[in-house]
Amino acid sequence: MNTHELLKIENLSVNVSEKEILKGLNLEVNEGEVHVLLGPNGAGKSTLGNAIMGNPSYEITDGKIFFNQKDITDFSADKRAAEGLFMSFQNPIEVPGIRLGTFIRNAISAQTKKPIKLLAYKKKLEEAMKILGMDNNFADRDLNVGFSGGEKKKAEILQLLMLSPKLAILDETDSGLDVDAVRTVSKGVKEYQKRENGALIIITHSTRILESLKIDKAHILIGGRIVKSGGPELVEEINNEGFEKYEQVVV
Amino acid sequence: MLDELKESLRDYEANSLYDFKDEENETNFYREKEGLTRDIVEKISREKEDPDWMREFRLKCLDIYNEMNMPNWGPSIEGLDIDKISSYVRSKSDMKNRWEDVPDDIKNTFEKLGIPEAERKSLAGVGAQYDSELVYHNIKDEVARQGVIYTDFESALKGEYADMVKEHFMKLVPPTNHKFAALHGAVWSGGSFVYVPKNVKVEIPLQSYFRLNAAGAGQFEHTLIIVDEGADLHFIEGCSAPKYNVANLHAGCVELFVGKNAKLRYSTIENWSKNMYNLNTKRARVEEGGRMEWVSGSFGSHVSYLYPMTILKGDNSSMEYTGITFSGKGQNLDTGAKVLHIGEGSSSIINTKSISKDGGIGTFRSSVTVMPSARKSKVSVSCDSLMLDSISRSDTIPGMDIRTNDSDIGHEAKIGKISDEAIFYLMSKGISEEDARAMIVSGFANSVSKELPLEYAVEMNNLIKLEMSGNM
Repeated sequence: MNTHELLKIENLSVNVSEKEILKGLNLEVNEGEVHVLLGPNGAGKSTLGNAIMGNPSYEITDGKIFFNQKDITDFSADKRAAEGLFMSFQNPIEVPGIRLGTFIRNAISAQTKKPIKLLAYKKKLEEAMKILGMDNNFADRDLNVGFSGGEKKKAEILQLLMLSPKLAILDETDSGLDVDAVRTVSKGVKEYQKRENGALIIITHSTRILESLKIDKAHILIGGRIVKSGGPELVEEINNEGFEKYEQVVV
Repeated sequence: MLDELKESLRDYEANSLYDFKDEENETNFYREKEGLTRDIVEKISREKEDPDWMREFRLKCLDIYNEMNMPNWGPSIEGLDIDKISSYVRSKSDMKNRWEDVPDDIKNTFEKLGIPEAERKSLAGVGAQYDSELVYHNIKDEVARQGVIYTDFESALKGEYADMVKEHFMKLVPPTNHKFAALHGAVWSGGSFVYVPKNVKVEIPLQSYFRLNAAGAGQFEHTLIIVDEGADLHFIEGCSAPKYNVANLHAGCVELFVGKNAKLRYSTIENWSKNMYNLNTKRARVEEGGRMEWVSGSFGSHVSYLYPMTILKGDNSSMEYTGITFSGKGQNLDTGAKVLHIGEGSSSIINTKSISKDGGIGTFRSSVTVMPSARKSKVSVSCDSLMLDSISRSDTIPGMDIRTNDSDIGHEAKIGKISDEAIFYLMSKGISEEDARAMIVSGFANSVSKELPLEYAVEMNNLIKLEMSGNM
């Protein structure tokens, strides 16, 4: 067993509303690696992210998920987070009455089981917000309530920086963002890599967010299975040729 | 779903309500059926050394009470045995409550809310008067320097302001208003009287908490507050600790007079023990340019009927009502607000939140009447409900009677559930499922808690957490 192995998915099958979406998927991610998951709409990319994070609406019918050599297949989402897993949501949920800054502080102390010193926390939060070009008063706004698409994604990356996970899944973090926002978000992601040597699974159907990141591995997900894995050159290939070639293989 | 609901109500009654009530019946109550008699009312009046007019008033209320019908439009109050009404009324003086008889859930709640030992017994109606009497006296002395009268109701009837009390007592809430208003008039006991003279701004909020506890459990307490022209007061009623009383009827009455350009904020956190029938009546009258603000958190009780009413009498008078109701297992809370616009340019904002859980039923009623004289008036009613599971119920019954074309009326009602996606979202960031639910609910309640003084807001959040964990 590789001592640097972080995530190992074995033969994973997942149903959503009793329909099989993932069909025996395998994936391994080592510490600090950047993996890209490419695939057309409806291929099961977000399903994989949700299954790794432990969304109970995604029913695991077969297979196992190991994280840090621990079988987490039956762990609830909060326990997975405490183990060092994180997901940046494609559609972050609005929670009225809870401030972003308060929420992140609660999340940190829930994971570490320790209260946090307020001043040190504030300083760290303000630093992270600066990297993402966010105003300090942003932390006082209700969690995702009335945020623009770009603000929601930035708030997710802010949580990434503050929660310091070992592996972060970025689910369509770049979708719907303009060029500047993609750049800001990428900056935050790079900072996370630098600070934590954090591993990433980047789910995307475009490749814009990848331009400034060093990619270790790319996977093409079609019809609930990974049909091809490779290096960064695979991203280039999809950029030029699309998924057509691989879709035909599945059919 | 209805069957489950009935089942849960039966469970509740079997496990706590009747168990407890029967036990008390065996030992302390009269067994024979008896109504409220003239003798009983006269006895209360004698013990209180009422002035003559009050004695006569009580007896008149008794007649009205005997003639009026039970309310037939809200939650069932069949559990309240009206044939034994005298035992509800007399229990406080006839019974020696014992700490050992106080149900465990109440004791546990005291513990969880961190209520000091001495206060617990007093709150449960079994202790002697305790230190808060001292706090009360200090506050009383402090505001007295500004000319403010803050006293218990019995003293007010005989003191310097006796005429003022007589002039206002049950004028806003006449005994003919409903059967329990008449009952209140006949048997009222305890409560507060506050008078704030012209242009006096009271800096510290006055808290009935200290008074009520010192005087024993408030069952039929009367609150009368008069804020004179240009004056300003914040009055806080109740506290987060559950008030416990073996006689499970509360029929208090609150009358608030807000003078010209005066302002009154009346904040309430009520947390009745879950055997209680809370049939409370609250009314405010606002003169020209005056402002009335209600902040209300209703927790506990088996059945509640509570609709604070504001009469916007003067031109450009205004009111804002912010309220939250939490209905848990076995509870049917019927709450809301009423407003009557008379003055030109008067404005009202009603903002309520309702949470129901474990088969609890929360009903929001609003009644807005705009008279032809209330031209250029503004009304905004919004009601937000959150159901925490599929066996709970939430209803909204808005009533509007608008008699002028020249007014601006808005109404909005939303009923929602906690989505699984929201729970997963919070959990994925490390929050436990229980905390995630509590977080969503306290966020939902935030618009109310932010209106409360800090220590009350903290208490209300604790209450929500306790209700959420199902330990109350």
